[in-house]
Amino acid sequence: MSEARQEPVDEGTAYHIVEGQGGTSLDIEKFSLWYGEARALREVTLRVQKGLVTSLIGPSGCGKSTLLRALNRMNDLIDGLRTEGHVRLEGEDLYGPGVDVIALRKRMGMVFQKPNPFPMSIFENVVYPLRVDGVRDRGLLAQTAERSLQASALWDEVKDRLHESALGLSGGQQQRLCIARAIAGDPDVLLMDEPCSALDPIATSRIEELIAELRGRYTILIVTHNMQQAARVSDNTAFMYLGRLIEYGETQRVFLAPKLQRTQDYVTGRFG
Amino acid sequence: MASVTPLRRERRADLRAYGEPWRFAMGGALAVGVLLIAGFLLLVAWNGVSTFWPGPIAQVTLADGTLLAGEPTRSESYRPSQELLAGTPPEWRERIAAQDGFASRQLYRTGNYDLYNEDFRWVSEYEVGSVSYPAELQFFERVEWGPFVGRILRADLGGGPLEGAALEEGALREAHARARERWREIRRLERGEIGDVNREMEAERLALRRAALRFGPESEEHRALALRVEADLAALQAQYDALAARAAALRAEDQRFRVTLADVNGREKEQLLSDLTRFYPANRLSAWDGLGVYLSRWGEFLTDEPREANTEGGVLPAIFGTAAMTLLMVVAVAPFGVVTALYLREYARQGRLVSIVRISVNNLAGVPSIVYGVFGLGFFAYTVGARIDELFYPERLPSPTFGTGGLLWASLTLALLTVPVVIVATEEALAAVPRSVREGSLACGASKWQTIRRIVLPQALPGIMTGLILAMARGAGEVAPLMLVGVVKLAPELPVDGVFPFLHFERSFMHLGFHIYDVGFQSRNSEAGKPMVYVTTLLLITLIALMNATAIFVRARLKRRFAGSQF
Repeated sequence: MSEARQEPVDEGTAYHIVEGQGGTSLDIEKFSLWYGEARALREVTLRVQKGLVTSLIGPSGCGKSTLLRALNRMNDLIDGLRTEGHVRLEGEDLYGPGVDVIALRKRMGMVFQKPNPFPMSIFENVVYPLRVDGVRDRGLLAQTAERSLQASALWDEVKDRLHESALGLSGGQQQRLCIARAIAGDPDVLLMDEPCSALDPIATSRIEELIAELRGRYTILIVTHNMQQAARVSDNTAFMYLGRLIEYGETQRVFLAPKLQRTQDYVTGRFG
Repeated sequence: MASVTPLRRERRADLRAYGEPWRFAMGGALAVGVLLIAGFLLLVAWNGVSTFWPGPIAQVTLADGTLLAGEPTRSESYRPSQELLAGTPPEWRERIAAQDGFASRQLYRTGNYDLYNEDFRWVSEYEVGSVSYPAELQFFERVEWGPFVGRILRADLGGGPLEGAALEEGALREAHARARERWREIRRLERGEIGDVNREMEAERLALRRAALRFGPESEEHRALALRVEADLAALQAQYDALAARAAALRAEDQRFRVTLADVNGREKEQLLSDLTRFYPANRLSAWDGLGVYLSRWGEFLTDEPREANTEGGVLPAIFGTAAMTLLMVVAVAPFGVVTALYLREYARQGRLVSIVRISVNNLAGVPSIVYGVFGLGFFAYTVGARIDELFYPERLPSPTFGTGGLLWASLTLALLTVPVVIVATEEALAAVPRSVREGSLACGASKWQTIRRIVLPQALPGIMTGLILAMARGAGEVAPLMLVGVVKLAPELPVDGVFPFLHFERSFMHLGFHIYDVGFQSRNSEAGKPMVYVTTLLLITLIALMNATAIFVRARLKRRFAGSQF
């Protein structure tokens, strides 16, 4: 027996978010994106609150990773990409004419699905954003490395082997190293694309603790497939489906009392 | 309910399913390949290593009474013609008939080319009367005419002829060592110092010519310079005369030391003592002395210049030329190939045009190497080189400087030949750098170039090195194009020496690969060249293996820098 679940998806987005104290960090307005002919995002409007943790959830292919990667223009590498609408970081349009993409990326740290440490020493991995900026001051580099590694709760484990290869670390350590690298450049926003999907439960819980610690210092946007994780770490949750933003609101309410039926179905596991 | 016939499956997989025949075929192919290579290396190594070992000298008395002496080299069986057999004793004829008409014969290195016009002689088994190994026979290596086999009849060690018991071996050896020392001194004077004076005189004349070309032959500058050059030339001429006089004095001294040699038939040959490079009593040589001769021959081979149309002496200039050319080629091909591949893989829009370029590059690797030689000669030497000569060396024309084959043009031609290998290997190495680390770098705010320089290139470096190693191996073993663009049979000067500007890229040079071809197939006496072919091949293989081993070592070091498992 199956019910017809072909509800229209053009129902208006439901908003009921927790407002941060700093106001809006990333202001996404009617943002659409095409890969060639295929439309991946449909007029997404989303205000990411400064200093809070925001989760993006939704079934595979719903466009949540695309949205995340659109924010630091990682998708620029893809041929045939086209966008419409606006994304503003602290009021500055990221897709406006004459935007310096490299300067823009320096304001956002990004953590990827699989740990991607560079094949160099732990120390060099962390200070890479500074190296790129041409920083040569050894004191500053050492200080940044220590601060970032402490912030990513890796310092105690690696402080005695900073100059060994980063590839010798475990998967969870590598991911925390990548987080340390992402915050070494002192960004405003931290973008995390399923940061725990390649990790075991223990490493995952450590990353989640880390996210809780970083909350407040950075605006964190995290894409996750794991709804418990979204429920645990985030203040606001955005549910996306087929390239649309369906519901965006306070995490508790999205999971316990969503406004829309479709959200209810997804978070209770009736589809997805 | 209709009964369905169950699909019956064979429970036991047969041999074909396990791929057993294929496994044998693949293993067999590998084994054949390995055996071929091992056999080849063994052949080259054995022949190369054993060539310089001094063998005994056999004195053969033929059935008709003639005497000959020589070092037995190899034997073979052959089918003598009826006319030849007609003159042999009947019992031999029967034996040969019993062996299906085959007889065996032995090749002797008899030397004494100046007396008999042959170095080698085949002796068939039915011709042999008796063979003995007389202790007094010696093997003489000479600066000219190849080896002499015979004995010392008498010697003049500066104080009149000595003969028999009066001629002590120790005194002879000592006089010989001094004579060789004198010979080297004469060579150093004539080639080195007189050569330097000649070069300076030539430079003065060229300076005068340059002034004539620039200011006109009637100009004030030219006239002033002409006066100075004349004075300089006079001074140089005086130096030249002094040196020539010293050389002449040494030569006169050298004339007093002579030996008279006699072969087994008693024919005599008088030699300057200094013209003997080495002599040893082959039949009463202890293993220790044999080792001494063996090592001294290797020493001469590795550190001396060739003599006697390259069949004797050493190959130092060829070793040097091969190494210099290969290194220069790598220096040229590495940046060129890597930069090209970087653009193709990282920057160019991957479309039809890039595909065509890529296919063309791959096809370039299949062009016969001689075509590159023709191109190198036509483009580098005759076009670029001729223009360089016009601009920078007008005073030397019409004799070309860069307008003919030389070290630089040969290296560039080989660089062109090997650049496809480097491009393909580099492209593959670049493609193998995962997208995830590139994105990680870009997300850190690195530009594309910074990402390439700091992340992609270091990670691709071992792969690029592999490409360079392949290119080096290919380039070092290439001969055909070199014959057109700068390799010569005998180069008078090394491309690197103490004369400014120290590196002489325009000079022609010698190459081990060409040396093999020349010694084996272009010399007066291919039988004498044959062992040298093996020795030189062994040396070439060793040289290439050494250069590759160095590169592989460097690559391993690079890899270790980025070592560590993923998890």
